Parts: sequence; C-alpha cells; structure tokens
Amino acid sequence: MSDNPYQNDRGNKDRSLTNPVGAATMQPAPGTGRAMQSETAFLIGDTMTGGYGQGPDILHDCTIAVNRGEIAVIVGPNGAGKSTAMKAVFGMLNVRQGSVRLDGEDITALTPQARVARGMGFVPQTGNIFASMTVEENLEMGAFIRRDDIRATMEQIYTLFPILRDKRHQAAGELSGGQRQQVAVGRALMTKPKVLMLDEPTAGVSPIVMDELFDRIIEVARTGIPILMVEQNARQALEIADRGYVLVQGRNAHTGTGKELLADPQVRRSFLGG
Amino acid sequence: MDVLNAIVVLLNFVIIPATAYGAQLALGALGVTLIYGILRFSNFAHGDTMAFGTAATILVTWGMTGLGMSIAPLPTALLALPFGIMVTMLLVLGFDRVVYRFYRRVKAKPIILVMVSIGVMFTMNALTRFLPGIGVDDIRFADGERFLISVRTFREMTGLEEGLAIRTTQAITVVVAAICVVALFWFLNRTRTGKSMRAYSDNEDLALLSGINPERVVLITWLIVAALATTAGTLYGLDKAFKAFTYFQLLLPIFAAAIVGGLGNPIGAIMGGFLIAFSEVSVTYAFRKVVGYLGPADWQPEGMIQLLSTDYKFAVSFSILLIVLLFRPTGIMKGKSI
Repeated sequence: MSDNPYQNDRGNKDRSLTNPVGAATMQPAPGTGRAMQSETAFLIGDTMTGGYGQGPDILHDCTIAVNRGEIAVIVGPNGAGKSTAMKAVFGMLNVRQGSVRLDGEDITALTPQARVARGMGFVPQTGNIFASMTVEENLEMGAFIRRDDIRATMEQIYTLFPILRDKRHQAAGELSGGQRQQVAVGRALMTKPKVLMLDEPTAGVSPIVMDELFDRIIEVARTGIPILMVEQNARQALEIADRGYVLVQGRNAHTGTGKELLADPQVRRSFLGG
Repeated sequence: MDVLNAIVVLLNFVIIPATAYGAQLALGALGVTLIYGILRFSNFAHGDTMAFGTAATILVTWGMTGLGMSIAPLPTALLALPFGIMVTMLLVLGFDRVVYRFYRRVKAKPIILVMVSIGVMFTMNALTRFLPGIGVDDIRFADGERFLISVRTFREMTGLEEGLAIRTTQAITVVVAAICVVALFWFLNRTRTGKSMRAYSDNEDLALLSGINPERVVLITWLIVAALATTAGTLYGLDKAFKAFTYFQLLLPIFAAAIVGGLGNPIGAIMGGFLIAFSEVSVTYAFRKVVGYLGPADWQPEGMIQLLSTDYKFAVSFSILLIVLLFRPTGIMKGKSI
C-alpha cells in the first residue's frame, strides 16, 4: 500500500475537499502466479519450512509433490536444499511449518520408521546398503517388516535387476557403484512400497552406468510406483520426469513438467548451461 | 634323539592346555566382539559377567550335588550351566534396563558407554563377591571323572617314557566351545533375527529404515553375550579354579584376542583366542625337557629354556595387543578399525 504514490495524500484531513467515509481499503493480492496442483498428489510435502535440529531454516515454504504413477524430480544448484527437501518429506528434518501428506493422510508427526511401515521406500544417498552382507541378505533385510512370503517380490527384483541374481551370494560391498545402487533400490523395493524416494541415485557412477540406472528407474516407475528423486544431472533427470521442481536456496523457483522446464529459457540459462 | 617323547611332552604341557585355554578365551572374545559390533563399545564388564555367571553356576551346582543329583562321569556344573546362564541373562538385562538403556536413549557417544561399562564392572565385581559362599577365595567345583586319559594308562598303552594326560574338563571345554561356536554362527548367518543383528551392526540407519527394532537386537545380543560369558567362565573354572579376581584379570587376554582377531569379527575372535592362548603358554613354558629329548642322548640343556616366567603371562597378551594396534589395527581378520 505504502509504495503506491497515489495513496499518499500528504496528510490531508480536510473533509470539505475529500470524503474518506466508506472508501475502499482492501487490496487484492491473489496467489503466487504459479499454478500448483497438490490436491491429488499421492505424496506431498506442503509449504514446508524447517531446518536441522534447532538450526536456522533451510527450507522456506517449499512444496514437493508426486502424483500416482509419475516421476517427480527435484533439481537445483549445489546447496539449494534438494536433499534437505527430500529428508523433510521423509521425517528427518525439523519441519516447523507446513505438512507432509501421504495419500491424503497427514504424516508430519511420524518417525521415518513409521513412514516406512506406511509404505514409503527411501534410498539414502550414502550408506544405502549393508556392505558386509550378501545381495540376497540385503534384499531379505529390506523385507524385514513383512511377515508374508517374500520370494515373489525377490523374483521381481531379480527380473528388474538381472545382475543382482548373478551376484546374489556376493557381499554387497564388493560390487561396483552402479550395482550397489541397484542393490539399494532393490532393498527399498522389498517392502512393496507405495512410493519410492531416491536421493541422488546416480551420484558417483559413470555416464554409461547412469543411463542404465535411469532406464531401470523408468522401469520401476512403469510397475506403478510413484518416484520422487533428487538429481544432480538435471537435464537427464528432467527428460524422464513427469514433474520437476527447481529449488533455489530452499525455495521453489520453478515448477512444471519436465519438458516445460527443459524448454523454459530461464531454467536453461541458470541451471542447464544454455 | 627321541622325537616321540618330545612330541608327547609338547602335547601334554603346551598343545592340549593351550587348546583348552584358547577355546575359553575364544568364547570370551566372541562376547566382547559381539558387544563391540552391535552395541559399539568395548565392554569392560565382560570379565566380571563371566565371574558372576560362573558364581551363579557354582551355586546351582552346589544345590544340585546337595540334592544328590549327578551326571557322572561328567561334572555336575554342566547340568547347572543352563540355570547359571539364565540367572546371568537376568542380571545383564537388569543392567541394560537400569544403566545402558538410558545412554542409548540420549544417543551417548560410545566412549561414554565404555566408561559406563567400567562402572558396571565394579558393581558386578562386588555383587559376585557378596554371593553366599563365593567370596574371594579359590573354588574348585569340578566333580565326576577327572581324566579322559591319565598319565599311567597312556604309558601302559604306548610304553613311552613320558605320559600324556587329557583331563575331562579339557575335552569338555573344546567340545562345548565348538558347539557354542557352530550354534552362534548358524544363528548369525541363517536366522532372520541373526541376520538382523548383522544388519544392525553393519549400518544402523539402514537397519532402522528396514524396520529392524534396535531394542530387540540389543536384547538378543545381551542374551547371547550372557550365555557365552557364563559358558566361557564355567569352562575356565572347571579347567582351573574359580576366583573372582582371576576372571577380572582375564579381561586382558580376552580383549587382546578380540582385537588381534579384528574387533566385531566373530571368526577373528576365535582365531585371536587361540593365538593368544598358544603364545601365552608357549612363551611361559620351560622347553628344557623337549629340547633334551630332541638333543643327543644323555644330554640335558643347562637352563630352563623358558622365555618368561609364568608370573609374566599377562605381558604376553599385552605385548601382542600393542604390536597389533601399532602395525595392524584392524586385526588379522579385518574387523573394524580402532
């Protein structure tokens, strides 16, 4: 209101000149200017503000959502809070404002373990396998909360990641980077999650392996599991994304379908290198 | 040259006693290594857990012999062992509830837990001595048949000059230890609960994400450790004698065995146990007779050919510990680096 020069009457109180009674004071200020559809989202971290422990806020009104059967990708420059946003959705961050909802249910107060029991699968960026145990034992441990027969699920995972079948009696720590990531994703899939969250699944693997991992991730998504993923390789990730989120300094900077973001000149200039 | 007699002397005074002692150390070291791997601290109270467990077993043994129960030729203590284990499990779980659980809840650094375990050690130490009839003195509680093969029968059988004795307790030690080790490895590698313990030891965060309940893992670890400690203690007591202070001193060779083998690695703990036992016995044994038999006839070396007096046997485990920590801190079997 104050930055409107026409609102400044320079202290005029002369009622013989102006009639202030009943004049309009409300100012319309609708929305963000960015459309955001969150009602049908399967998993959503809604306007989350928060940080680690008692520390300063890292996320500011950040919203991340993934719809049924879709791949959502969080990209952004280093230190933008991509992994932090994902951790907030998984319950590893002090969310001071906002809420996290899974299938319409508020899960903001649940511990990460409880969220796993509710059907969220999470693959951390590091330490995501039991290195001293065999591939098969890794998968078994993934299914620890299940009491039913896990052999069918294990068979599915071996079909999805054929290399794991060959290496199933080998210690997971002895595998290559790409194979380890497959073990990690396989372990998370063993709970039959309703949604899968991947924190930089292609960190530290060669470009060829990266392509293969992306193919595998698409295959997982085709089985009907929504995927929320943080990625360093923005261009490749956005190519496979149904929905992309560009975060900058813990805020939503750009949101749209993967294609829209790839086409957006501003996103291209700032994050994709032209 | 009389190789046969030399071998018999060596077997009788070095190899057989060291094997039995090694098996006892291995069981003790397995307990230490399990706590280290899963609860992530070195449990200084382990020696006194062994002492308490053995004391409990002795009390039950006395009760049983008082009632006229016996499983001769085996020592009654073997029958009493399961009850001793149960009492020790209760004690250890009690300490976990009252003491350790608090430090887990506040996510205390492992070094704090080490200090806490020293406090628990002193408490257990006193508790054992207060048990009726235990006190501070040597107690021998082995009954039943004393020898599997006695010196005389061996001489009669073989006609050799030197005798070879295998005590029942030595044979029992090796057999029981072997059974315990096989059962433990089967449990850790084949059962769901055992695998969840290994998973928890490997990566606590991921174990939580997989839905493994840490409190349950900790509970089962304590139960296994109580069983191993009581068994190790009882076997040691049967083989030698029970004295609370001796068990406290056993902490050094047990830790040395666990560290030499590689902390957190069960196979390493067993290898370490035998390595320490064989070094300790052979360094402190006087090889005069063996060398005498191997030398020309009617010749005896003048000295005792003993590297260290038996009073210094702890120096052996201590030196091995130092050497390993200096040159290969992960131990033989590549445990966790310290």
